[in-house]
Amino acid sequence: MNSTIDITKTHVAYEWKHDRPLIACRMSPDGLQAASSSEDSSLQLWTVPTGQKKVLAGHESWVHALSYSNDGQQLISGGCDGRLIWWSAKEETPSIVRKADAHSGWIRGVAISPDNTTLASVGNDKIVRLWSVATGEKICELPGHERHIYSVLFHPNGTQLVTGDLLGKIHVWNLADRKLERTIEATPLYAENKGQNAEYGGVRAMALNIERGELIAGGTHKATNPFGAVHEPLVLRINWADGVLKKSHSCEGIPGGLVWRVQWLKDGTAVGVSGGSTGGILLFFNDAQEKEMHRFKLPTLARDMDIHLESNLVATAHYDNHLRISGMFAKA
Amino acid sequence: MSIAHYACGSQDHGLNRRRFLRQSLSGVAAGGAIAGGLGTLTHGAAADQLKSQDMRVVVFNMHGGLSQLESWDPKPGTKTGGPCRAIPTSVPGIHISDLLPYTAKQMHHLCLMRGVNTAEDDHGKGAYLMLTGRRQSAAAEYPQIGAVAARMLNDESRGLPGHIVVTPGGGGGKGNEAAYLGPKYSSISLGGSKPPPNTTKPDAINDEAEARRHEMRRRVNQEFLSRRRTAITDAYTHSYEQALRLMERKDVFDISKESAKDQERYGNHDFGRQCLMARRLLENGVSFVQVTHSNYDTHNENFIFHIEQLGEFDQSFATFVADLADRGLLEKTLVVVLSEFGRTPNINLYYGRDHWSKAWSVLMAGGKMARGAAFGKTNDEGTEVVDGQVDHGALFHTYLRAVGVDSSQSIAVDGRQLPIADPAAAPVWKVLT
Repeated sequence: MNSTIDITKTHVAYEWKHDRPLIACRMSPDGLQAASSSEDSSLQLWTVPTGQKKVLAGHESWVHALSYSNDGQQLISGGCDGRLIWWSAKEETPSIVRKADAHSGWIRGVAISPDNTTLASVGNDKIVRLWSVATGEKICELPGHERHIYSVLFHPNGTQLVTGDLLGKIHVWNLADRKLERTIEATPLYAENKGQNAEYGGVRAMALNIERGELIAGGTHKATNPFGAVHEPLVLRINWADGVLKKSHSCEGIPGGLVWRVQWLKDGTAVGVSGGSTGGILLFFNDAQEKEMHRFKLPTLARDMDIHLESNLVATAHYDNHLRISGMFAKA
Repeated sequence: MSIAHYACGSQDHGLNRRRFLRQSLSGVAAGGAIAGGLGTLTHGAAADQLKSQDMRVVVFNMHGGLSQLESWDPKPGTKTGGPCRAIPTSVPGIHISDLLPYTAKQMHHLCLMRGVNTAEDDHGKGAYLMLTGRRQSAAAEYPQIGAVAARMLNDESRGLPGHIVVTPGGGGGKGNEAAYLGPKYSSISLGGSKPPPNTTKPDAINDEAEARRHEMRRRVNQEFLSRRRTAITDAYTHSYEQALRLMERKDVFDISKESAKDQERYGNHDFGRQCLMARRLLENGVSFVQVTHSNYDTHNENFIFHIEQLGEFDQSFATFVADLADRGLLEKTLVVVLSEFGRTPNINLYYGRDHWSKAWSVLMAGGKMARGAAFGKTNDEGTEVVDGQVDHGALFHTYLRAVGVDSSQSIAVDGRQLPIADPAAAPVWKVLT
């Protein structure tokens, strides 16, 4: 497969159908497997590129949070049942390695430390929890958020944890002393609608690029009627060193849009996936312009994505029950 | 049962009494008195007996359309169930959504109506039929349950209005809520947990001057009424007198009089304070209180919004029910939790649910309602009622019967007998004790 990246040539390479709408997806570190979750509370493991599917049952509710271990041997899922499950993803018959009742309420994000020893989980109970990847034992709790926590990542050097919440607050935790080190304000991603007595938005997604010294945070803005999906996607480009907002990447013509996930490409391009009334869209941003430099319209509405940097493939989870794998390069 | 007869031989129902009273209160507080006198209505012995039973009604209006699947009729593990789960309640065999853990512990006081089919997916029309028990029509207007309760149950000697609507901002309650009952029974709207505005006499006016002003107002008003009495003048004069009585009893509206512990138990948010206000009003004999909790119109991200909204509702409501029970008030108070409709079993592309009136739920408790019961049933995916179907007409009859009102009776208005509930419907006798 041609793997020379060219985002303008992005195309759907494979699409595989499950029985119910999909929610989240991840690709294994070797790029040979993709995992997804769906509205029937199951997980699916898909072999790339054949599309062979294995269904995993274990959660009692939907799963929004997925992460492969760094060696790719295990998949860890966090469900709306508050449960973490470790799965033996690469076995012929994948099974549950262990479970942990981890949170009160939904788990919204999980991340694994660069050294593959620590799992971080976040959710609606506003508490960050750290776990041993090897044993599943809880290491500590980090309270401090005032609203639901949506997103979590480790600093590449493993010394800091970054968590983002509904209020648009991004907490940076020092993992040596387990204290809150600083808070970055991403408040453009937050909306309070007093008429609807509702808070909406938040830091739905984050990605850190240490080489560029930038954090990107994705979500939504212009939420004049959040109950009616009247809002638009937004990605914030933040200077990591001082937390200052460098650029707001807004995108026109995507009513009902929300950026569910953001990631970096190797060349420093930021990528986000947005749903919206017009369908699913991959959005590509550089630091030179506020609008996206390129957009790729997916066949239907997407709710999550995961990029495999080595193969330049991007998996997307869709409302129409499909997992799609798109190549960010020219068709062969 | 009769109602006032007027000199002009007609009745004008066009006055918004809430707005009227607000203006009147302002006028009284400013000392700008206009002549007036208290109009009286003849209620009869049966009505007096009913009022002596001291029954009350409180409605929690889950504005926008509460999802039955995330509240009273969860369907976990099904195509339509969504991510929320079902939890056991204090009544074995009855499960409700895991978003309502505190309310689940009060289930032994509650009665779920799980077979509601109102066949109306429009917000305004849905709200109308749920509050009046009739479908909206250009041919006639019908009084809301609050106005009927005020008419049937309120003891005016207490000096408090019989129909109070509590909303976060003090809005709502617009329109002809009392219909043919007359503006006297329309609502007074309270903004959040604040007392009605302009209920304090200005310091510049001493008691003697105040008394003289009102005496003059009453004399001039009486002279006017002897020639030109109408429903409007009755409502006008009634409002002035009620405003004066409200000024004397404004402490009833002051929830700071409640203990700090109670304020904490109800929650440090608008809805918690509104529930505490409702308890205080009911304890002081107000016959009808409506508390609005907004908003549930979740076409987008239904689940996270229901987590937010019901997270606020649950503890406050459960505390309210437990307090009524502990204080012996639940025997005398019908509690209704309703919306204009439910939400679609289908989950849309935005993780939302849309309007759905074919199969949804209403919660009732207290008065003569059965306790710890679930009446009616929907199919496995919640798309249709399969047993115990009820509609707005039956529910309206049931509201009234639950507080001892014979819902088959009529009110005579200008010689016409107007049934207080839809004669084509009947109470749900199985849930009444």
